[in-house]
Amino acid sequence: MRAVGIFYALACLFALSAPFMGIYPIFLMKLLCFAMYACAFNLLLGFGGMLSFGHAAFFGSAAYTTAWLVTSHGWGTVPAIAAGVGVSAIVGWVIGVIAIRRHGIYFAMVTLALAQLVYFVCLEAPFTGGENGLQDVPRGAVLGVLSLKSDRVMYYAVLAVFAAVFMLIRRIVHSPFGQVLKAIRENEPRAISLGYDINRYKLLVFVLSASIAGLAGSLKALVLGFTTLSDVLQANSGEVILMTLLGGSGTFFGPVVGAALVVTLQEYLSDIVGGWVTVIIGIVFIACVLAFRRGVVGELAALRPRP
Amino acid sequence: MLGLVNGAFYAMLSLGLAVIFGLMGVVNFAHGAFYALGAFAALVGLQWFGVNYWAALVLAPLAVGLLGVITERLLLRHVYKLNPLYGLLLTFGLAQVVEGTLNESFASSGQSYPVPTALQGALNLGFMILPIYRAWVILASLTICLGTWFLIERTRLGSTLRAATENAPLLQAFGVNVPLLMALTYGGGVALAALAGVLAAPVIQVTPNMGSSLVTVVFAVVVIGGMGSILGSVVSGLALGVIEGLTKVVYPEASNIVVFVIMALVLMLRPAGLFGRE
Repeated sequence: MRAVGIFYALACLFALSAPFMGIYPIFLMKLLCFAMYACAFNLLLGFGGMLSFGHAAFFGSAAYTTAWLVTSHGWGTVPAIAAGVGVSAIVGWVIGVIAIRRHGIYFAMVTLALAQLVYFVCLEAPFTGGENGLQDVPRGAVLGVLSLKSDRVMYYAVLAVFAAVFMLIRRIVHSPFGQVLKAIRENEPRAISLGYDINRYKLLVFVLSASIAGLAGSLKALVLGFTTLSDVLQANSGEVILMTLLGGSGTFFGPVVGAALVVTLQEYLSDIVGGWVTVIIGIVFIACVLAFRRGVVGELAALRPRP
Repeated sequence: MLGLVNGAFYAMLSLGLAVIFGLMGVVNFAHGAFYALGAFAALVGLQWFGVNYWAALVLAPLAVGLLGVITERLLLRHVYKLNPLYGLLLTFGLAQVVEGTLNESFASSGQSYPVPTALQGALNLGFMILPIYRAWVILASLTICLGTWFLIERTRLGSTLRAATENAPLLQAFGVNVPLLMALTYGGGVALAALAGVLAAPVIQVTPNMGSSLVTVVFAVVVIGGMGSILGSVVSGLALGVIEGLTKVVYPEASNIVVFVIMALVLMLRPAGLFGRE
C-alpha cells in the first residue's frame, strides 16, 4: 500500500512538472484525453466485465457535439463540453439498453454494430462536415474568465479534469454500487438470486462509462482543434481496448499506462515507419492476448507478494 | 438485384463465421481481412503471373485457406481454453496486421478487376436487364452455400464436425484428430471468405479496407440470424442484402444503417436471434 502511495505521489509530481521538462504539451494533453478514455472503458470492462467494441461512438459523438456547438453556434467551452457529455450519455443509454440484452461476445458484436450506425450518421449528417470533419475548433475560455489559448493553461485544465475523473472512477468502484457490479461480473445468476436488478446496474455503469468516454472526446476536440471521422471509426474502439488490455484491465492505473504506451508508439513510430504502425499495433494486440493478458500493471502487481 | 448480389456475399461470409464459431467458439474478426486477401490474391495473380479468373477462383481460396490453417496452428489454438472474448481480440489484431500490410503494399486506393470474357454482357429478361456476371455471382454463391450445408449436414466429415461441436474431448477419445479438424475448419472458413472476395473482385473496387466495413455488417447479420445456425446465417444474409438493396432505391441515405436498425429491432423482440437458441 505504501509503495502504491509513493507511486501516485511521483506520478502527480511528474504530471504537474511535465510541461516544464520540454515535453510537447499538445502531446501530453492528447495522452491525458486518451488515458481518460481508456479509464472509462476500463470501468466497463475491468470492473463491469463487459467488453464493448463500440466506445468510439461515445467518444466521437461527444467530440462532434462539442465541436459543432463551439464553431457553428458560438457556445462557451464549458456548456459545449457539458452538452457533449449529455449527448454521449444519451447515445450510451440507447446502445446500452439494446446491448445488455446479450452477454460476452454477442455484447461485443452488438456494440460494434450499433457504433457503426453512429459512424454512418456522422458521415452523412449535414452538420458534421462529412469526410473533412470539423476544423478550427476554438478552445474558448472557462466561465468567460480563464482563456485556454495557451497550451500550458489548457494542459493544467485537462489535467485537473483528468484527476477529477480518475478519483470519481475510484470512488465508483469502491462504492456499494461498485461492489454489486463486481458481484455481477463474477457470478451473474448469484447476483440475481440475491435480489439485485442486474440490468439496472449494468445499464448505469454503461452510461457512466459512455459519458466519461464522451468527456474525453469533447476535451480532445478542443485540445487538437478538430474532429474527424477517425474519432468514430471502429479502429478507435479497437485502440481503446488495446490501451486497456496492454496496461492491465481491472487495475486503476493500467489504462493510463496503456494509453501512454499506445499514444507514444503512434506518435513516434509513425514518423519512422509510416503506415506500418497499424501492423505493429496489430502485432502488439496479438502478443497481448497470447502472452500478456494481465497487462503491464497487472503483471507488476502479480509480481508483488500478497500480504 | 444489386441487393441480392450483396446478400450473396453476406451469406457466404456469415456462413464461414457461423461454421468457425460453431466448432471453435471463436468470433473471427479477421474474416473481412481474409475476404480482402482473397480479392488481392486474385488481383496479384492476374497482374503478376497471368493467372486467369477461373484459376484464381480455385487458387486464391486454397492459398488463403492454407494461411488460415497456419494461423490457427500458430496463434488461435492458444485461446480456445480462455474466455471467448480473447479469440475476438486476437482476430481483431490479426485483421489489423493483414489490412495494414495490404495497405502498405498496394496503397489504399481502389483497383478494379476485369470481368472475365465468358461472363461479360447482359441478359434482357424483359422486365429488367441483368448483367451476366451478377447472375453468375448469385448462382455460384448459392451453390457454394448449399454445398457447404450438404457437406455439414449429410456427409461423414460433417457429422464428425458436428460431433466435435457438441463434445470435442469425447470425440478425441474415440480417436478422431480434433486439433487437425479445427485447423481444417478454420482454413475452410476463411477459404470461403477468400472465395467470396474473388467473386466480389470484378463487381467492386478492390481496396485493403473492403473487408473491415463488410465485417461489421456481417456481424449484424449473424446476430440477426442467430450465431450457431448455418441455415439461419445464409437465409438472413440473403434477406438483408435484398432489404438493403430496396432501401437504396427508396431512401438511399438509410441504406448503410438499415441492417443495424433491423438488428436492434430483432434484439428487442427476440434476443437470441431469429433462428438461434439462447
